[in-house]
Amino acid sequence: MKFVLLFVETEQFERDLEAMSQSDRDRAYELAAKWMVDHADKIRGGNKLKPAYTATTVRLNGGSEPVVTDGPFVEGKEVVSGYTEIEVANLDEALNMVKTWPGCPLVEIRPLEA
Amino acid sequence: MSLPSRPSDEPDTASSHAELARVVRDHASRLAAALVRVTGDFDTAEDLVQDAVLAALQRWPIDGIPTRPDSWLFTVARNRGLDVLRRQDNYRAKLAQLQWPVQPEPDDRLRLIFTCCHPALPRPAQIALTLRVVCGFTTAQIARAFLVPETTVAQRITRAKRKITDAGIPYRVPDPDELCARLTQVLAVIYLLLNEGYLPTGRRGESRDLLDDAEWLTVQLNQLMPTEPEIGGLLALIRLHRARADARFDADGALVLLEHQDRSRWNRQLIDEAIRLLERAAQLRQPGPYQLQAAIVACHAQAQHWAETDWEQILLLYDMLLHLAPSPITRLHRAIALRYVGGAQAALAELDALTCELDLYYLYHATRAELLRALGQPVQARAADQRALELTSNPAEQGVLQQRINWT
Repeated sequence: MKFVLLFVETEQFERDLEAMSQSDRDRAYELAAKWMVDHADKIRGGNKLKPAYTATTVRLNGGSEPVVTDGPFVEGKEVVSGYTEIEVANLDEALNMVKTWPGCPLVEIRPLEA
Repeated sequence: MSLPSRPSDEPDTASSHAELARVVRDHASRLAAALVRVTGDFDTAEDLVQDAVLAALQRWPIDGIPTRPDSWLFTVARNRGLDVLRRQDNYRAKLAQLQWPVQPEPDDRLRLIFTCCHPALPRPAQIALTLRVVCGFTTAQIARAFLVPETTVAQRITRAKRKITDAGIPYRVPDPDELCARLTQVLAVIYLLLNEGYLPTGRRGESRDLLDDAEWLTVQLNQLMPTEPEIGGLLALIRLHRARADARFDADGALVLLEHQDRSRWNRQLIDEAIRLLERAAQLRQPGPYQLQAAIVACHAQAQHWAETDWEQILLLYDMLLHLAPSPITRLHRAIALRYVGGAQAALAELDALTCELDLYYLYHATRAELLRALGQPVQARAADQRALELTSNPAEQGVLQQRINWT
């Protein structure tokens, strides 16, 4: 069964990351990279997204002209910062995998249609 | 369909209702567990069993409970399945091969329980699903037990079953390293059944006794996972409540507070058994919130008179409970015990520290009222009771508070 893991960053997490020393920050990235390697057999793809300020949202309002706005579609303290597609047997396997994720504090698990 | 006229003999009706509930509960979940395993489709299997349960609840009061209720339910569910699954060949084929008796696997029922209480489902859905799938409740019975519209319950169940299928929630018993967290979810669901059964929101005697179902579920878990002490703790807690259930209501059905209960009406044998159960759990040396709560209730149950209550021991147990599971409600209960160790003034001071968190909780104000009355402040006490009365919708609690406002 295929799922997408949506990695979500919070403002607090971003601040914490900025406040770290360079070596601590490198260490944090290493841990995340190691997690990806440890679960490589289940990971089918994915990527880190550029920061939220780079996002552009288009609202398609039926017949009228689409509205283009700056920023992600939900203005909030929590922003999707990356995604990974995984293939596992069921939700519990996905949960067990995500529970060991050493990076951002929120991960949404969503099954794929096919 | 018309029901034949029957003498409206209350106790007999009540006991036959209980018997019906017991038989359905014993067999419906076994059948559901087996059908999910065989068809691999939780949703469909559950629908078939629910149909069979509804048929049983219609037929059995008229025809009597069949000698083999399990094979009766099986046959109805199987035939119904062959009928509704006409267009789904894969299920039909599996179902057609299914013969009675279905060989149960020891873990079948556990799988069912853990699936219904999966943390990816919202708590109200966990409760509704557990009652329907594991305990053989109908949607209408769940609605009545929790005073919720039937459509709401039906919707919760439909959504939950859809999520189980679509989100990939597996039908399995968690691995040992997941078990502790997952068991916590299951026990929380049972604990809510216990709470609701202990002080029903609906009118007593009109709905299925949730205490029965809470106890039955815990017994199943305890048999299947005998080395988990919190299960034993919860079972002891349920039985300690049951042992004293009769004394909690007077002849008119009004709630009697612990202090005024006729303790000769407590079931001593059941209390002793529950305490032995608790002692066995404690031997595993993994204390937990349910064991501690049971130990607190056991202290009360062992006192022959209110005046003999070992409040110091109770206070100590509350301290341990707060250490393991901090909560403002536990602090409130600890304050009640503190009154009998450190005095009403000390207890009131403790309560004052909880105002922000518990201002909307009736028991907070009812307790304040008792303390204020003990401290010779009847006007403030009445005001606190009045506030408590506004905050509870439970008829039994309203009765006690109204009486206090009227008479003190």
